[in-house]
Amino acid sequence: MSQFIIRRILYSVVTLFILSATIFLIVRLTGDPVALMAEASARPEDLERIRHQWGLDRSWPVQYATFMQNALTGELGKSFNYRLPVSELYFQRLPNSLTLGLAATLISLLIGIPAGIISAVKVNTAWDNVAKGVALLGLSIPGFWLGLVLILVFSVWLRWLPTSGSGDWRHVVMPALALGWYFAASMLRLTRSSMLEVLGSEYIKLARLKGLPDFVVIAMHAFKNALIPVFTLAGVNMVVMVNAAVIIEVIFAWPGIGRLLYEGIFQRDFPLVQGVVIMAGFMIIGINLFVDVLYAFIDPRIRLSR
Amino acid sequence: MATIPANTRLAARRTASGWLGALVKAAREAPLMAVIILGGLVLVALLADLIAPYDPTLPVKGAEMFVPPFWMEGGSVATPLGTDFQGRDILSRLIYGARVSLVVGLMGTLVAGGIGTAMGILSGYVGGWVDQIIMRVTDAWLALPAIVFAIFLAAMVGPSMWNIIVILGAVYWTRYARVIRGEVLTLRERDFVKLAEIAGASKLRVIKKHILPNVMNTATVLASLTVGVVIIAEASLSFLGVGVPPPQPAWGLMLSEARPTLMAGQWWLTVFPGACILLIVLATQLFGDWLRVRLDPQTRNL
Amino acid sequence: MARDAVLRVADLQTHFFTFGGARVVRAVDGVSFTLHAGETLGLVGESGSGKTTTCLSIVGLLPRAGRIVGGSVLFEGADLTRKSQRELRRIRGRRIAVILQDPMASLNPLFTIFRQVAEPAFFHQHLRGRSLRERVQSLLRAVRIPSPEWRMREYPHQMSGGMRQRIVGAIALAGGPRLVIADEPTTNLDVTIQAQYLDLLKDIQRETGVALIFVTHNLGIVAKMCDRVAVMYAGKLVEQAPVRELFDAPKHPYTRALLGSMPKLGSKEPLYSIRGHPPNLASLPSGCSFHPRCPDVMPRCMTEEPRDFRPGDGSVARCWLLDDVLTRS
Repeated sequence: MSQFIIRRILYSVVTLFILSATIFLIVRLTGDPVALMAEASARPEDLERIRHQWGLDRSWPVQYATFMQNALTGELGKSFNYRLPVSELYFQRLPNSLTLGLAATLISLLIGIPAGIISAVKVNTAWDNVAKGVALLGLSIPGFWLGLVLILVFSVWLRWLPTSGSGDWRHVVMPALALGWYFAASMLRLTRSSMLEVLGSEYIKLARLKGLPDFVVIAMHAFKNALIPVFTLAGVNMVVMVNAAVIIEVIFAWPGIGRLLYEGIFQRDFPLVQGVVIMAGFMIIGINLFVDVLYAFIDPRIRLSR
Repeated sequence: MATIPANTRLAARRTASGWLGALVKAAREAPLMAVIILGGLVLVALLADLIAPYDPTLPVKGAEMFVPPFWMEGGSVATPLGTDFQGRDILSRLIYGARVSLVVGLMGTLVAGGIGTAMGILSGYVGGWVDQIIMRVTDAWLALPAIVFAIFLAAMVGPSMWNIIVILGAVYWTRYARVIRGEVLTLRERDFVKLAEIAGASKLRVIKKHILPNVMNTATVLASLTVGVVIIAEASLSFLGVGVPPPQPAWGLMLSEARPTLMAGQWWLTVFPGACILLIVLATQLFGDWLRVRLDPQTRNL
Repeated sequence: MARDAVLRVADLQTHFFTFGGARVVRAVDGVSFTLHAGETLGLVGESGSGKTTTCLSIVGLLPRAGRIVGGSVLFEGADLTRKSQRELRRIRGRRIAVILQDPMASLNPLFTIFRQVAEPAFFHQHLRGRSLRERVQSLLRAVRIPSPEWRMREYPHQMSGGMRQRIVGAIALAGGPRLVIADEPTTNLDVTIQAQYLDLLKDIQRETGVALIFVTHNLGIVAKMCDRVAVMYAGKLVEQAPVRELFDAPKHPYTRALLGSMPKLGSKEPLYSIRGHPPNLASLPSGCSFHPRCPDVMPRCMTEEPRDFRPGDGSVARCWLLDDVLTRS
């Protein structure tokens, strides 16, 4: 198993390297960041000065090396706009995004798993068709539009929930629902197909043939096997939601990292944009590595192989 | 296991024509609703110049701003779905918006599918370090949430419809590459490919005659399911202001323009464009689902 | 035979209802047989002839669309078709055990061998702790698993196919069953392992006096293992006979065809293959279901369904040919 883990870590390092290089190159290939952010009235000397100040006059490999060195020590550069370290801004906002991501994950699980299980246990019945419809709508309704409609219904017409900001639970409900909706559909689909596969397996048949009570068959034999991939996906999805909630955070004025990215884009604050994007990549590569290693511990087929 | 076909050429031809045959058969049995919606939208997009009552980028002469739909108090049949914050006709903007959504959705998918299929075949068939490089790049690019990556690229490149197409192609090709590669890996072991190789066919010829025709099914299914994703992505980018620039009438942009007045209860500005996105994506999903079952039962869990 | 019958299946009918009941498939149609303690019945036939459905009907674990619509399954004197799932659960795994065909797939990959072998004893005999451990070890020893105290802590993927199938056997024995139904238990094993496994089953049967139903399409195994043989075709039992009689003097043309398709050592005769295809159970031919493929077909076979004939050597066959023979003599 240790070999598996070492190989997996190496892959992650390579992935990280390629990702950061990609982002680094895109920022520099698509134009002069200094020209992008400097004011139109800036003189050439000013541009030169800024360039030097940010180390942009050095060769790309050198820039990349410093960039990586800083990134690995948690230093993502300084925001042009806020004049603060990007990491400081980032970690200030991160808890909000985590809250939102967690709430959205809970919603996606609460909708996805029961619906998926019912749909699998009662396959090809009316229940199943309803679940399929929900899954289809989950993939077809754009999350941000759902957010807008929720605001329209619950804030403008019914006046039940506040439209924006953060504070108590009432602020979280709508953004979490809008964000979790799409993921609920994917949870539902995965739960259904995973349950169906396990329920149709020979070992479930044998478990029934052993005369075990139905609930033992489903809750112990089927669940463990069927829900491992589901919870794995939920974990990965949560990290994705933390990072990909840009529009939802903008709509609900939720002060998370998605909005930080949005602000960065509109203020032409490229160290900020670069930092947030790279952190997203880091986090997702991290969770994927974590999940694979965790799998290795849960699944005896991997755990006991050398 | 597959039986050994007597003639490799025959086997290849059979699968290739099988694909065509399946498409023809598909056309006959396509799910009615999805086809009607998609066909209608394509027609609307093509004939936008003829059927749209007004210029979508200019205010309607004599009309006020924020006129509600015709059935509401203050509504007018002249602007049946109301007007926006500049007094432009919503219906006309929706009609022209279909054009943007369809063009971006189809072209973006084409770019993504083209790059992805090529990379997947290269990676799976050539193997070795080529495979390693392509797969590591795929891993790295997949590590970023698609929307974040797209926003990042769009912010760097600048907004325009054609930029968005290239950007979304660049973001979504990785999914194709992975799936196609897996397919090619199994194909490579199939007897008709082996026999062609033994017979001395060049790599390029094997790819052209045997590999490509056999991954087309999967690529088509993936494409049908990607169109909707790309359309939503475009709407998201336009909504955030890094997509199709104003005054072009894109649905995502319309949603974005409606936002400041959402709290005033001017729901038609928000509901109509969103419903259009929902409709088109729903139709592509239905169509794609049906195509998947038809062409490629193996990808059922994608 | 003086012994009491363990299992008496009478006129069992199991149908599948698909398309909301619009289509009825008679998967098992009027099957009857009797099985005594220590006896082995071979159930043979092509795939789709209803062998597996017969077995699943006995234990009451049919797929959703299937239902027993007639007949009875008397097990130790009680009719299983009238029992609830709850009551059946107390019988399954305890009094009747089933061995499935695929040893790779019948074990849960995420549970240890111990847990899987222990489950019947845990739920049925309520054994716990040390007595449970000892029980599992003795079961594993009974199926010749070396050093069971070590092996039981392992997972299925760490074992060979033959060993896994023996573990499935141990699970079957765990409840101390009186009837074991083995559904093609050796199809996925190597030939040498197959032979070892069959010997093991024989030994266990000798020790415990368990009755065995052996489902297979391998007539060589039937000859080695079984006391009686029942041949199924299209959901019906077409012939049933003691194993010697069946091999020496098959009565039904279908049985003859099955035997004829088995290669014999030293024989230069061409192998016989059954012409035509197995019938579609949803639309069976009229009269005798076998008539379109039968080499000895007579006019009445196409219209009248044959009844059971008993030529007197302990065999029963459903074929009009026997009617002719019996009436002539």
